[in-house]
Amino acid sequence: MTHNARIEIATRSSRVFLVFAFAAIIAAVFLPAFVSRGIIKDMFAILTLLALAQCWNLLAGYGGLVSVGQQAFVGLGAYTLFAVVGLYGFDPLLSILMGGVVALLFAIPFAFFLFRLDGAYFAIGSWVLAEVARLSVAQWKAVGGGTGTSLPRDTVRSMPGTDWVRALFDVSGSAARDIILYWIALILAVALMTAIYVLMRRRIGLGLTAVKDNAEAARSVGINASAIKWMTYLISAFGAGMVGALIFLQTARISPGAAFSVTDWTAFVIFVVVIGGIGTLEGPILGVIVFFVLQNFLADFGSWYLVALGAAGIVVMIFAPQGLWGLLRDRLGLTLFPLRRRVIFTSERTDL
Amino acid sequence: MAFLKLADVSKSFGALTVADKVSLEVPKGEALGIVGPNGAGKSTLFNLITGNLRPDEGKITFKDQDITKVPANRRIHAGIGRSFQVPQPFGSLTVFENLLAAASFGRNASEQDVAQDCLEILETTELMAVVNTPAAGLPLLNRKRLEMARALATQPDLLLLDEIAGGLTDGECVALTDTIRSVNAQGVTIIWIEHVLHALTAVVQRLAVLDFGKVIAQGNPTEVMGSDAVREIYLGADS
Repeated sequence: MTHNARIEIATRSSRVFLVFAFAAIIAAVFLPAFVSRGIIKDMFAILTLLALAQCWNLLAGYGGLVSVGQQAFVGLGAYTLFAVVGLYGFDPLLSILMGGVVALLFAIPFAFFLFRLDGAYFAIGSWVLAEVARLSVAQWKAVGGGTGTSLPRDTVRSMPGTDWVRALFDVSGSAARDIILYWIALILAVALMTAIYVLMRRRIGLGLTAVKDNAEAARSVGINASAIKWMTYLISAFGAGMVGALIFLQTARISPGAAFSVTDWTAFVIFVVVIGGIGTLEGPILGVIVFFVLQNFLADFGSWYLVALGAAGIVVMIFAPQGLWGLLRDRLGLTLFPLRRRVIFTSERTDL
Repeated sequence: MAFLKLADVSKSFGALTVADKVSLEVPKGEALGIVGPNGAGKSTLFNLITGNLRPDEGKITFKDQDITKVPANRRIHAGIGRSFQVPQPFGSLTVFENLLAAASFGRNASEQDVAQDCLEILETTELMAVVNTPAAGLPLLNRKRLEMARALATQPDLLLLDEIAGGLTDGECVALTDTIRSVNAQGVTIIWIEHVLHALTAVVQRLAVLDFGKVIAQGNPTEVMGSDAVREIYLGADS
């Protein structure tokens, strides 16, 4: 008895989107030729926040590991960059990768402790470890201790490719640097999203969802639940570490308070993922856009800005628990990054 | 050498002994039924066999291998599959994806290699109509079927069924019993915990009775159910 059925993941909207996504990426590469430096800086902030949001979404949305300590890896990645560039004069671009590697190495002992905890305890534990990391780094005198430090001007100026971009777009040295950093942010965001999507489409993605839904049942069908959780945690630490290094390469100034900020690198990230739609790749994209619109709109209202952001978050959680993307998906029947393995019967079944 | 053998297996939670020197042998191809009052340690026994619990004492061997300390996810690769008493589907996955996850990880194969087989299991367990439905929304009968289908998808040599017939109507029960009998006929060894006795005795060749973590009787189903020890537990005779 065989079935005239096939298994499909792609949808019509996802095939159209794939073409559109390629076009958008190519347009984004050439964007610096057409827009002002201010917009390039905004795009840098949007792309880095998007990359962080995708890392947290992999961890919490797909893996069910709700962490409020991702700022640990942003900070560790950033400080790694300042250490190797500022103290040893490493190449800044290569140092971004090192930021990710160091964050990943620190994530190993972190995971060892955290995976003894579950749910809310895991969340609080991750925050505690991030604070420990912040306080430890504040003791490190060579990178400025508690007050922080700046990158040497020479290394900032001598970033590879600066002269080439200056000539290409006929801009100042600092504008050229912003363009290079924007391109790196673009590469990082696209690469992280591609990696996460490929992961989720493979067998391991199915396993991760099973573990999130029910770890005991997952083990009973042969899924190594702890190995899958470890992998998810380490990937998201690696990603956050690279993004952290990139963000602080752009600001060229670091302090423990800024690098390990729970508000900037976790609270805003959670806001973006939750209002956009947790457990989807589309959600964080939508969430980042909404976040930046709100942020610009509310910039003149001082601290009321955070109150309004919080209120917007609560409203979305109550009226659209699946996030804005969930609302849109149900209305329009769209999927841009499909993961469902759908069974499609290709002809009348005669065996019944 | 027995297919599955438990030798003096004990497990306590504090002062509560849930398995008290349980010794049990199951030959290959047998269907063994396990009955006993609530709290007798039946589900605990399953958790010890599947590795969800570790015994305090004793030894469990499966296919002549000592599996006492082997973790749950590796026992499935040795050939032990199970269904849970309270259905535990992967709620955000569809019925088909539930099987795909179980089959691909349980057999260590690619999704493509097991997809066709998953469809066939869904056919025999009568789940074809809900193949693309997320498991979280399924009613009880389909959840029970899914428990069974998912266990079968891992292609077990030993299948542990925990109260798979509980809460079903007589008609539903008959259909499920037929499926279990045909699985057993294909050579899969089965251990089945059940309160619905007529369903159980229609399938199993041997019956074991558990009470206070001890095996108090085992043998031919009719004889065991008629024995004094069993009558005492269920009917409170001689009290």
